[in-house]
Amino acid sequence: MKDLMGIINLSENEEEIKEITYNRPTATVPIGGRYRVIDFILSNMVNAGIHNISIFTQGKSRSLMDHIGTGKPWDLDRKNDGLFVLNPVVNVNDVITHKGDLENFKNHLDYIKYSNQEYVLLSRSYMICNIDFKEALQYHKESGSDITIVYKKMINNNKRFLGRNSLNIDENGRVISIGRNAGNRRYYNISMEMYLMKKELFLDIIQDSLTLGDSQYLKQAIFQRLDTLNVNGYPYEGYLACINSIQNYYETSMDILDIDVSRELFHKRGSIYTKTKDEPPAKYTDDSKVSNSVVANGCIIEGIVENCIIGRGVKIKKGAVVKDSIIMQKSIIEDGSYIKNAILDKYVHITENNMLAGDRKNPLVIKKGIKI
Amino acid sequence: MLRQKKEVVAMVLAGGQGSRLKEMTENIAKPAVAFGGKYRIIDFTLSNCSNSDMEAVGVLTQYQPFELNAHIGNGSPWDLDRIHGGVSVLPPYVGRDGGRWYKGTANAIYENMDFIDSYEPDYVLILSGDHIYKMDYSMMLEYHKEKGAEATISVIKVPWEETYRFGIMNVDEDNRIYEFEEKPKNAKSNLASMGIYIFDWKVLKEYLVEDEKDENSKNDFGKNIIPKMVDSGLKVYTYNFDGYWKDVGTIESFWEANMDLLKDDSKLDLYDRKWKIYSVNPHTQPHYISSSGEVKNSLLNEGCIVHGKVEGSVLFTGAYVGENAKVIDSVIMPGAKIEDYAIIEKTIVMEDTVIKAGSKIGDKDSAEVEVINKNNNSH
Repeated sequence: MKDLMGIINLSENEEEIKEITYNRPTATVPIGGRYRVIDFILSNMVNAGIHNISIFTQGKSRSLMDHIGTGKPWDLDRKNDGLFVLNPVVNVNDVITHKGDLENFKNHLDYIKYSNQEYVLLSRSYMICNIDFKEALQYHKESGSDITIVYKKMINNNKRFLGRNSLNIDENGRVISIGRNAGNRRYYNISMEMYLMKKELFLDIIQDSLTLGDSQYLKQAIFQRLDTLNVNGYPYEGYLACINSIQNYYETSMDILDIDVSRELFHKRGSIYTKTKDEPPAKYTDDSKVSNSVVANGCIIEGIVENCIIGRGVKIKKGAVVKDSIIMQKSIIEDGSYIKNAILDKYVHITENNMLAGDRKNPLVIKKGIKI
Repeated sequence: MLRQKKEVVAMVLAGGQGSRLKEMTENIAKPAVAFGGKYRIIDFTLSNCSNSDMEAVGVLTQYQPFELNAHIGNGSPWDLDRIHGGVSVLPPYVGRDGGRWYKGTANAIYENMDFIDSYEPDYVLILSGDHIYKMDYSMMLEYHKEKGAEATISVIKVPWEETYRFGIMNVDEDNRIYEFEEKPKNAKSNLASMGIYIFDWKVLKEYLVEDEKDENSKNDFGKNIIPKMVDSGLKVYTYNFDGYWKDVGTIESFWEANMDLLKDDSKLDLYDRKWKIYSVNPHTQPHYISSSGEVKNSLLNEGCIVHGKVEGSVLFTGAYVGENAKVIDSVIMPGAKIEDYAIIEKTIVMEDTVIKAGSKIGDKDSAEVEVINKNNNSH
């Protein structure tokens, strides 16, 4: 896949997930006990042999830089190409008017222009899946399309994708219009916001849109060109989740407790890689009782844990009970405390004899570093 | 070739077979044997080097080195991939006068004098790659300098009844060694050598050259070099260590050392963030315990899946325990699979071994530890 470069665009709407994105972009929300959201798209790209990948950030990049480093965990510490983190170029006027992602791409036009690859794959981080982009690129080349949009056909009882873009596709696979999933039809072709096209076309779109001033966002620009360009859909058939709300984050985490889902998501078409932390194996004592849970390394579990995702280095003391919850890195839950339907961010400390419970539909979120 | 000068060069002896570990070291050197759920034995020494700021480390390999070499790689897991120094793997080699195997511990260092010289060190730290312990070598170096010693030997108090197995140091009130006894029948002290030495490099070099000329010498630090230094009146001191230290020489002691990690008062703290033990990290998910799973008093590494019962055991990366299976007081190596209804007690199940559904292996009340690998697996 020497002819494909990857661009991950982190301008993601964080309104519904703001409780866990105060200090970090959606891309670095911890998930599955030891991963971050961005690990999926990064690993999918790397597993397809892409080795020129850039991440367009929207600020809040401390957590991203800490996680990504030189890109070594994804084998992206390369002499040629590798990983590029491109931050927005801010000037005083831009601070007031937000100019959209096209402006951001334009500011880093040289990077795109001087990359050696012929094709570009654009994606965001919040749609998580295990996809084979090699196949998608082949489909794109064979179909002769100008742009290929990756989508998944979904039965509408899946409330998690409400409000996402949905593609109307004709019998030849061509995208004829793009609307929104309003939840009132039986099927939706949910756009995974992953676009494949020639780099030249991408550069044209950026230049044209900004010259004409008709669109500020790439998505918008593509939608406006459906008549003039041949835009096709590539169907993805595996597990797909979208991490754009607390509710979705919680439900997706509970999905990961299903061993078939997690095997597919983390391994099926290639492994998902992440930054490693050199934690020792997890330790269980005589009093521990754990069922249907994922537990990361470095944990010391003395209490009762049911239906949970337990992040790295968490301590659950004797006499504590944790159910249906997500406990992120290095949190501590002391003796006699009871936690249910909760999301504990990193470094949360629950002292003795506390009772904290949310609701399945509305899980309780405890912010990073809080001591209760 | 002259490299950036280093005050001290650490040399790790990692060529040993560990023949008393029998089938466990059929295909790998003892330092490469898996330990503690995610580590290999040599990780302790290499992590100690890294945590003690030893910037130049040589690892001397000889017996079955492939897995050990692959494990060490460029040293990056221990932060030993450095521009100046870092880790170098040193197998026996062919020079202008021909090639030869390392004859003994001292000869292995003798053969690599050029490597050590290239760092122009003042001191050399000799280590063994097959012991499990945590130790700050920089403190020992400080002590060596304070004492103005020419050689310092790290010692640990062992039970008197075991003194016959060790090199025993007899010291004066200032910890200066006046006599060294290798495996004495009637020991006068219970201070056993841990195989950790610091030497003034200039002094050691002279002794190595001289020792090499002696055809009757076994070219061994414990048997030849140290006794000779003591006898010639050099300033040789002991450095007392009182933490956890284990030479996992036999299958029983290997099993025991793994079980030691499960004790509430385990003296070997793997969870101390200031002194992490580093290893090559697997790329796999956290482990999963299903609704039917039951885990007590155990260590589980990433990638394990447990549907059955696990008690008093250590499970390595990707170990699998099926429905209604029981794993008691056992060590399950990476990728091993215990199928449904199988019962495993006081057994070491080696890498990638599959224990068939319904089999029963081992007995938790037995004095013996079973070892099952792919070759002897009749279950």
